[in-house]
Amino acid sequence: MKILVAVKRVVDHNVRIRVRPDGSGVETNGVRMSMNPFCKHAVEAAVQLAEAGQAEEIVVVSIGPKSANDVILTALAMGAHRGILVETDAELETLAIAKLLAKIVAEENPDLVLLGKQAVDDDSNHVGQMLAALTGRPQATFASEIKVTGQGLEVSREVDTGRQTLALPLPAIVTADLRLNTPRNAALPQVMKARSKPLATRAAADFGVDLAPRLTVEKISPPPERMAGKTVGSVAELAAFIAADISQMEAL
Amino acid sequence: MSVLVLADHDLGALSPATARVVHAVAELGPVEILVAGEDIAAAAQSASSLAGVTKVLTAEGQFAADSLEMLLSTLAVRYHYLVASAGSVGKDVIPRLAAKLDLMPVTDIVAILGPNRFERPIYAGNALQTVTSNQSKHILTLRASAFRAAASGNAAPIEPLDVSGISSAAKVIAAHRTQSDTPDLATAQIVVGGGIAVGSAEGFQLIESLAKKLGAAIGATRAAVDAGYAPNDWQVGQTGKIIAPDLYIAIGISGALQHLAGIQGAKKIVAINTDAEAPLVKLADIALIGDLFEIIPQLIAELDKTGLKR
Ligand SMILES: Cc1cc2nc3c(=O)[nH]c(=O)nc-3n(C[C@H](O)[C@H](O)[C@H](O)COP(=O)(O)OP(=O)(O)OC[C@H]3O[C@@H](n4cnc5c(N)ncnc54)[C@H](O)[C@@H]3O)c2cc1C
Repeated sequence: MKILVAVKRVVDHNVRIRVRPDGSGVETNGVRMSMNPFCKHAVEAAVQLAEAGQAEEIVVVSIGPKSANDVILTALAMGAHRGILVETDAELETLAIAKLLAKIVAEENPDLVLLGKQAVDDDSNHVGQMLAALTGRPQATFASEIKVTGQGLEVSREVDTGRQTLALPLPAIVTADLRLNTPRNAALPQVMKARSKPLATRAAADFGVDLAPRLTVEKISPPPERMAGKTVGSVAELAAFIAADISQMEAL
Repeated sequence: MSVLVLADHDLGALSPATARVVHAVAELGPVEILVAGEDIAAAAQSASSLAGVTKVLTAEGQFAADSLEMLLSTLAVRYHYLVASAGSVGKDVIPRLAAKLDLMPVTDIVAILGPNRFERPIYAGNALQTVTSNQSKHILTLRASAFRAAASGNAAPIEPLDVSGISSAAKVIAAHRTQSDTPDLATAQIVVGGGIAVGSAEGFQLIESLAKKLGAAIGATRAAVDAGYAPNDWQVGQTGKIIAPDLYIAIGISGALQHLAGIQGAKKIVAINTDAEAPLVKLADIALIGDLFEIIPQLIAELDKTGLKR
């Protein structure tokens, strides 16, 4: 099986972000960037399938500026075989990203495409689903377990009511949730070796895809601030607060 | 400007989220509801009773994202808005539908500012984005917890669709449901949440007894879910459920930003924690510093004394 994994470079998930005072966006200058955590779970899943002898080749693709090479190198150090950077300095909408990935899928023809379920910057949770539509493939989103069977895949997924298992024929699209695995941290020798793995750079503009945004972002604003509260000294005081609060609630 | 809402339902019952989505989009135009799935008669009845609904369409059968996308795209020509709640079904199918129709969806909406102007959180709710869309149609998901529910008492007509030509490549082969008789977490008025400090699945029974006392739903942090103390559908946060209860009681929860992302809409927050410096203690309306294993049984006893009834 051949696996394509898509990875995104985002503001590190531990960074507390700051909205620019002029409402033009979130400050990303001088802020630590890293691979989107969910993408890391997707890479790890691919590497584990390869280690289990169920995948022969893992191609990792990222769409973004030159600096997104970082996250491709991280994936190569984790065990992916080859990288592709689709280079653009524009901030693309998820639909444009999915269209570029669909072009890569048409060229590479992977049996399985693995992605993170969402990116922690725009929190969209779109790309896997969109790619599935554009390539006409079945999907399993929010995956917490992937099993390769004779016919295809069995994927357990986290849903509102608990867990659900889907059987999917290949080729298919799967998006990773946190419980899928524990991503490895590549040791220094792997990081060094990653630099000698093939990494192709392609210009996003060369794919013949309409990349123009469909939505206009009018402004980015900080959320309303909460007032700091107070500490009570006893359980009785806490119980009184809770009882008073509940007695004031409107009946639904 | 006509609207189609995809209903959420489970075990034959309509989800409370659907009434909230219907109420939120009623200002955009006449609303029709699609109820798709197995064993949907009762859910369709409840949908038809919601104020503002002009028609209920039913599609009987087992649907996965691919077949649901197919069904919705055949219906899409009739509507200006195709809308779902931002639950697992909406997240699964709405982006897929949008891409199929070559449209950019707007998802996780927390405020409708006009017919084509919406507000949605980004960066785990640490920023809000206002977007306008000049596309021919709007493909949306709404965070149900941000809106109020539509009233009932209506009796819209119910119309079955012929779905014989629609099938999925993906098949559901198993479902593991969490057994609990507590209220729906995403729309509950009171939520009691437990963190990793609760220590075990048995520890969560303590949380459950407080929740029972208050008529509350139960939430959990990702850390508690990963440790196996709580089922994943209790997870509250950036990547779990987004809640906006009148009262959130956070027990042994530090308040990591991914967790806070899920509770920004809470009107009042109570924190119980051994650490006075925990971020959640800092932003709670009322905090009590101490060991949850001592405090919770005492709190239940004190609440009994107040004669509180739920
Ligand atoms: C990509 C990503 C997505 C994530 N999504 C989510 C999400 O959606 N939801 C979520 O919740 N997390 C999420 N997380 C995890 C999140 O970052 C935190 O790790 C998690 O919320 C911490 O859970 P906790 O508060 O239970 O544990 P901790 O942070 O370990 O806090 C435990 C708290 O319990 C207190 N405590 C200890 N003992 C006691 C006692 N006996 N009595 C009272 N208090 C006690 C401690 O003082 C501490 O404040 C995500 C992480 C990542 C990387």
